[in-house]
Amino acid sequence: MTVVHSAPKYSAFDGVKDTLVAALGEMIVAAKEEHGEIVLTVARDSIEDALRLLRDEHEFQQLMDMAGVDYPSRPERFEVVYCLLSVTRNLRLIVKVTTDEATPVPTVTTLWPNAGWYEREVYDMFGVLFAGNPDLRRILTDYGFQGHPFRKDFPLTGYVELRYSEEEKRVVYEKVALAQDLRQFDFMSPWEGAEYVLPGDEKAAEGAPK
Amino acid sequence: MTLQLEQSPTTGDDVIANYTINFGPQHPAAHGVLRMVMELDGEIIERIDPHVGLLHRGTEKLIEQKTYLQALPYFDRLDYCSPLAMEHTYVLAIEKLLNLEVPLRAQYLRVLFAELTRICNHMLNLGSHVMDVGAMTPNLWMFEVREDCLNFFERASGARMHAAWFRPGGVHQDVPLKLLVDIGEWLDTRLPQLFEDAMSLVVDNRIFKQRNVDIATVSKADAIAWGFSGPMIRGSGIPWDLRKSQPYDVYDRMDFGVPVGTSGDCYDRFMVRVEEVRQSARIMKQCLAEMPEGPVSSDDRKVSPPKRAEMKQSMEALIHHFKLYTEGFHVPAGEVYVATESPKGEFGVYLVADGTNKPYRCKIRPTAFSHLQAMDFMAKGHMLPDVTAIIGAIDVVFGECDR
Repeated sequence: MTVVHSAPKYSAFDGVKDTLVAALGEMIVAAKEEHGEIVLTVARDSIEDALRLLRDEHEFQQLMDMAGVDYPSRPERFEVVYCLLSVTRNLRLIVKVTTDEATPVPTVTTLWPNAGWYEREVYDMFGVLFAGNPDLRRILTDYGFQGHPFRKDFPLTGYVELRYSEEEKRVVYEKVALAQDLRQFDFMSPWEGAEYVLPGDEKAAEGAPK
Repeated sequence: MTLQLEQSPTTGDDVIANYTINFGPQHPAAHGVLRMVMELDGEIIERIDPHVGLLHRGTEKLIEQKTYLQALPYFDRLDYCSPLAMEHTYVLAIEKLLNLEVPLRAQYLRVLFAELTRICNHMLNLGSHVMDVGAMTPNLWMFEVREDCLNFFERASGARMHAAWFRPGGVHQDVPLKLLVDIGEWLDTRLPQLFEDAMSLVVDNRIFKQRNVDIATVSKADAIAWGFSGPMIRGSGIPWDLRKSQPYDVYDRMDFGVPVGTSGDCYDRFMVRVEEVRQSARIMKQCLAEMPEGPVSSDDRKVSPPKRAEMKQSMEALIHHFKLYTEGFHVPAGEVYVATESPKGEFGVYLVADGTNKPYRCKIRPTAFSHLQAMDFMAKGHMLPDVTAIIGAIDVVFGECDR
């Protein structure tokens, strides 16, 4: 596929994926090259070793970002994504591990000091635990917040809202009360097999001759 | 159980314990809602624990509920000092997934306005940095420049700040020729006059240097380990600029310099930004000189809407318009991490698409996260008033840091 987009261009990937796969050996679970990105999935327990190898031997010096992604339908529902950057080779690399609610991922604060806040963010938003992180507090949500808001099963509106109470002279937390239902549109075309039950249609089914 | 009697202290026995103070969340030098719990020994900083998230709005979650096009304005509201630079990353991420070609004029326009945004952002940051360490006048003059920039944004997009002007496939509308003429004139007259005047008051100023030179020195190795980017990594002497090394749009056709610092202190970071303003003006002049005529958005009707006039004539154009503004476009499944050189550093978007018309996950990489995290090690051993200089030189905006 010829590249026609004008997104950032970095060094060519020729053979980089194969070299990295060979170097990481048994730690690799899956590797792919798509949309101009190399994505390596690594066994959870060896993530620290894998990233250390990539940092020290393959010049991926900087950890630019860490992201959590939630796939509720998978047996291990969370993905933790590490975005690495090589300043010397001018390359980017995405490394992933999978985990669930209970299994901790080894910390990489031992490799990069800035991983601390990124891990705190993933913990805060998804509830992924990081074994060995010395300071795994919540970071973005409110003091005393409960739940992990970026999980797909967490409602967009949340559970509590807050307002200033004139009687109590302070901000109080209350259960969310929506004046109008949150509207979620689906965009499935009726020609593609969507089955819509319009209000009132259910009576037709009930009243059908038995 | 022992009972310890309280004894009144005698002279010479005083032991002054470290004490903790709260900096913010409401503090004019915190550049927003930053709360820092500081442990002080007298006036020397022992430890800083920044508390962020007071402006967390769940942008990434909201984006998952919107179509790709509806999610775009959220990016203006991340770093509200450089809105178009945020949009730039997002539209490039979508274009990378779609492998969508952008017409040349649109690429030039994007670069032109991204650099205008950089000037606009640096005016605010340099001005407030100077004001944080005690000078008033330069800030007022630089706000004049900023006002001009906002007027240009308004003339291009209709909005002063939250432009929502970049679109996947190009830009929303072409700009009037008079606007380009005015920008060219402004680059030759008002910008250098006001900016160089303001800088002449600051850069060699004794008080300003005393407050910034040798404050929060960061070595090259530390800058890399802490994931620094943008003026922070260049201030430490590493010539790393994504516009040069990983060019996007028409940056590879531009001729510009990458300023670097020598000692990695707050003064170097300040001076890197000062020079970047001049280089941005240079890029903008090249854009104006080289910009070709032509369409400003992709002609792929499945992604970018048809012209209004076309809709009056063509049924197909009308259908395309309707589908684009209700259902939006579908993006093929996949994941990309796209990062651009925003005025504050590397701003990245990790976009996961699942083939529908909404992003499955959109992780935003804020520039401030790794910079602010280094606050503790940068400020250790410095005095309390130096903290404002350090925050000023980090250039942190909480809309983006907290998302």
